[in-house]
Amino acid sequence: MDQITSILILALPLCMFLLLGIFGNKMSHKMAGILGTLGMGVTLILAYSTAFTYFFSGNELFVDAAGNRLQHLVFDQTWLAFTQHLVIKLGFLLDPISAMMLVVITTISFMVHLYSLGYMHGETGFQRYYAFLSLFSFSMLGLVVATNIFQMYIFWELVGASSYLLIGFYYTKPSAVSASKKAFIVTRFADLGFLIGILILSFYTETFDFMTMTNAPENVLASTGGAVFMGGSVLTWALVLIFMGGMGKSAMMPLHIWLPDAMEGPTPVSALIHAATMVVAGVFLVARMFPVYLMEVTALEIVTVVGALTALYAAIVACTQVDIKRVLAFSTISQIAFMMVALGVARPDIHEGVGYMASMFHLFTHAMFKALLFLGAGALIHAVHSNDYTAMGGLRKYMPVTHITFLIGCLAIAGIWPFAGFFSKDEILVAAFENNALWGVWMTAVAGLTSFYMFRLYYRIFWWNEPDYEHHGHVPHDAPWTMTLPLIILAAVSVVAGFIPFGELVTWSREAYEIHINWTVAGTSIAVAVAAIALATVMYRKENELPDKLASRFKGLWTAAHHRFYFDELYMFITHKIIFNLISRPIAWFDRHIIDGTMDMFATVTNKVSYAIRGLQSGNVQTYVWVYLLGTLLIAAVAVICLV
Amino acid sequence: MFDNILIYFVVIPLIMLGGLALCKNIKQIRTVAVIGSTALIVLSVVLLMGYLEQRAAGAMAEMLYVDSWTWFTPLNINLAVGVDGISVAMLMLSSIIVFAGTFASWKINPLPKEFFLWLILLSVGVFGFFISIDLFTMFMFYEVALIPMYLLIGVWGSGNKNYSAMKLTLMLMGGSAFLMLGLIGIYYHSAPEGGQLTWNILEISQNGAIDKGWQYFLFPLTFVGFGVLGAMFPFHTWSPDGHASAPTAVSMLHAGVLMKLGGYGCFRVAIYLMPEAANELSWIFLILTGISVVYGAFSACVQTDLKYINAYSSVSHCGLVLFAILMLNTTAMTGAIMQMLSHGLMTALFFALIGMIYGRTHTRDIRLMGGLMKIMPFLAVCYVIAGMASLGLPGLSGFVAEMTIFVGSFQHADMFHRVFTIVACCSIVITAVYILRVVGKLLFGPVQDKHHLELTDATWWERLSAITLIVCVAAIGCFPNFFNELINFTFDGSIFKVLGMN
Repeated sequence: MDQITSILILALPLCMFLLLGIFGNKMSHKMAGILGTLGMGVTLILAYSTAFTYFFSGNELFVDAAGNRLQHLVFDQTWLAFTQHLVIKLGFLLDPISAMMLVVITTISFMVHLYSLGYMHGETGFQRYYAFLSLFSFSMLGLVVATNIFQMYIFWELVGASSYLLIGFYYTKPSAVSASKKAFIVTRFADLGFLIGILILSFYTETFDFMTMTNAPENVLASTGGAVFMGGSVLTWALVLIFMGGMGKSAMMPLHIWLPDAMEGPTPVSALIHAATMVVAGVFLVARMFPVYLMEVTALEIVTVVGALTALYAAIVACTQVDIKRVLAFSTISQIAFMMVALGVARPDIHEGVGYMASMFHLFTHAMFKALLFLGAGALIHAVHSNDYTAMGGLRKYMPVTHITFLIGCLAIAGIWPFAGFFSKDEILVAAFENNALWGVWMTAVAGLTSFYMFRLYYRIFWWNEPDYEHHGHVPHDAPWTMTLPLIILAAVSVVAGFIPFGELVTWSREAYEIHINWTVAGTSIAVAVAAIALATVMYRKENELPDKLASRFKGLWTAAHHRFYFDELYMFITHKIIFNLISRPIAWFDRHIIDGTMDMFATVTNKVSYAIRGLQSGNVQTYVWVYLLGTLLIAAVAVICLV
Repeated sequence: MFDNILIYFVVIPLIMLGGLALCKNIKQIRTVAVIGSTALIVLSVVLLMGYLEQRAAGAMAEMLYVDSWTWFTPLNINLAVGVDGISVAMLMLSSIIVFAGTFASWKINPLPKEFFLWLILLSVGVFGFFISIDLFTMFMFYEVALIPMYLLIGVWGSGNKNYSAMKLTLMLMGGSAFLMLGLIGIYYHSAPEGGQLTWNILEISQNGAIDKGWQYFLFPLTFVGFGVLGAMFPFHTWSPDGHASAPTAVSMLHAGVLMKLGGYGCFRVAIYLMPEAANELSWIFLILTGISVVYGAFSACVQTDLKYINAYSSVSHCGLVLFAILMLNTTAMTGAIMQMLSHGLMTALFFALIGMIYGRTHTRDIRLMGGLMKIMPFLAVCYVIAGMASLGLPGLSGFVAEMTIFVGSFQHADMFHRVFTIVACCSIVITAVYILRVVGKLLFGPVQDKHHLELTDATWWERLSAITLIVCVAAIGCFPNFFNELINFTFDGSIFKVLGMN
């Protein structure tokens, strides 16, 4: 693996960003789009060759004699040296998870570049769009190959900023502006935790380096010397705070509120950033630090609980949303929570840490089928000019390619054999059951909900009742090839990705692991999924009263879920009522009236005193004589009294 | 005397003053200003090169280019000059901002000649301050930098300018009063019994004769004295009013450079000469500066005037400078200097852009503007970049400065300091809130005022001014280690030996 290739993988998207960002205005749309797509295409080829070399070349740099995969530092340049030990380096770490992420990111990014040629056709700011896509790809690639936690933080912030720019792409739309602002601030708040976690961790370990930490996690534990802060060991605190950063990016409850709003961005952006790549950064972060997390099982338990709660919450909410992108957004939250749970329940003594492998496997397959679903949703929105499924229905006849590919996506996410989701979800459930039966049952139930809401969506879009399309002006039809080709490719991947021998490629200990499908678990989960799909079929295949009846039967629950359990209202209350009105405004008032008032008071007092005593310096000689005379008399009188 | 390169930092502005006095029309004034400020940039680059060359050749002295010329023998006052990495960085910063400020006041009206005269006089003070190592001349240059501010705001300002000019000048003069007491106190304790008293910083530090009792008295005086200019809570209120009324270039120079005099002075005089007191009393000022950081940021969240927002943001960012200096460790102090550079460049950029926007829309109230991205894309994009630098986006200067400060401060052995570091860290979130609030209201969204649709984008001189600053901001953000090493070397010197720590 030579350095040039790895540098190019990062440099190409960056150069594309600078090129399109600075000279974009001088280019035609077509030119900018083709340049961006070509740049990403070359990056894709380089990333594939890198991953392929890493996994399959058998080079002794990448795999040792016993068949264990090795971590390989391609390069590691000092960027900023704080102290002798604490040094931020910019480097390229090649190991199973980063190689896998290279494939995921470049694949989805390339598909989105290609797809956007059609989807964004004729939009103003087309060049800017491609510039931001390149910036995002650069940042995300830099994040996954980070050699140290601070490099990861740097790129972590950069993906946040590119996400901000892309969500707010339609900047004249107030909803898009506020969604982008919300996304940035919520994730910034989470990043504060991440930063403090890094500070605590580096204070004790005196290093930022991933390899130093993960190859000898017991030293990390030892370096804290058993220090305790407010009842928890400092390492737990550090890990939980770092996980908080991951919660923000990966939209775990209660920091998930930005993701549904982020759907204001163009749909291909949602596919790339808010479904497949950036939102799994949190999972990737925990996976990257996994050996250290194993030192403090409490932290992993927190990961599990947060994940499990989020998975259930998001799945319930997804059942009640009308906007198809929001259904997919909540589905994404729920599926990422699956990955978190998988990491949280993974222990080395449970099937050699199968949870870790399952989490990464699910990350991979989910990226493929969720991107597919989002791009499919984009094609639908493109065709009917609405985000709501109420404007759709019966579309299977008009958009056959979109229909089939969307169906494949739904089957994959529902976990039906032999689609990709089946294999990865099965491993997660196995890991969950082995850790604790509660989590196993819990996650199986959530998997059932997943199948239900996905097929609810599917039937509402492609079956149900057909609205009068002719009346609205034009009949929907399949998109141009630039948009359907990515759909077909991703659908094909979603069908076969489950058969990748993932256990041999990515495990926490980097030793090969053979996946055995546990048919008791798998059978149950398939049975649950099929039952849920059957229920969805009954309820939504044809227009009927049943859904409305059920909604009014469970009115309280339905309304609460439809309003996403009032999280946004809660946040609005905290930010506007408490932070703005009870903190910021009083501080601003205090500053103007008390602090500044005191300063002004000094001035006023000086002024007043001057006015009061200025009569003494009137320059009037008669007055002076009088005062002189009176003074003399006074002194004389005092002298006389004293002497007598 | 003229074989020392440092003296030219004062000589060039003085020649410019002479040249300006002879100018007859605006063209000539611009020519003189551009040639002069370009010469200053070239000079500072030459100085940087020379400095690095000497360091690379193994010069280990704490300061280089040291020279001293007697001025007034009875009180042993000298014009003593010398620079270390920090001063070199500050000189670079000042010359860049004077350059950008010249272009930002291309169309200044009325009395362009007088405006530039006062502006250049102000920069004489600034440059003189940074090259001096004699406390007396340092103080003199400090005052030279302050006085022109009164006239610049009072004559060319906007809004409630008389009040603001008076307030700013009086408050800073109040600080000077503390400072003068402190400096005279230092002078009378600058040498051991019977030794020759001196104003020279290097000699005072070598003598180490200020006993602890006096340090406890003199440290707060000098720290507060300089701290007023560094916008330390609760002496910061001159900043919002002053900035709001000042004309563009003056705001740029004031926030960009003059406020740095405060931070630089706190370091060079208060901490450098009295490290023991600094170590023991730091907690008081840590609390005050910690408040500045968070308080300034919260205040900025609800302001509606662009300049007020930026002034409060400066309170927050400059608070971080003083905060980090007080941590008394190499990393945090390096971070403080980086933050001075970073803040200087990005506020100058902010004020320049605000001035340009104000020049077009004739309002600074964010409630009355909106959707400027569509109308003046160049200015809007620059504003977004400045905002991103301010909220600490990697690749721009704010990030490296803040991270150096946070990592450095958190290395402090004391729990109190670490907890306060976490409090200061919170500012990164609040900063994001007020920056995005402004960006969202001002630049994005629908156009608020139909009249704004006729406005034009930046002219070439405005572009030049903004691009100069953006390039510098990005340079620090992308290659921080260069600046880190330039500054860092200074801290291997004597200061930490006194405290027995590093």
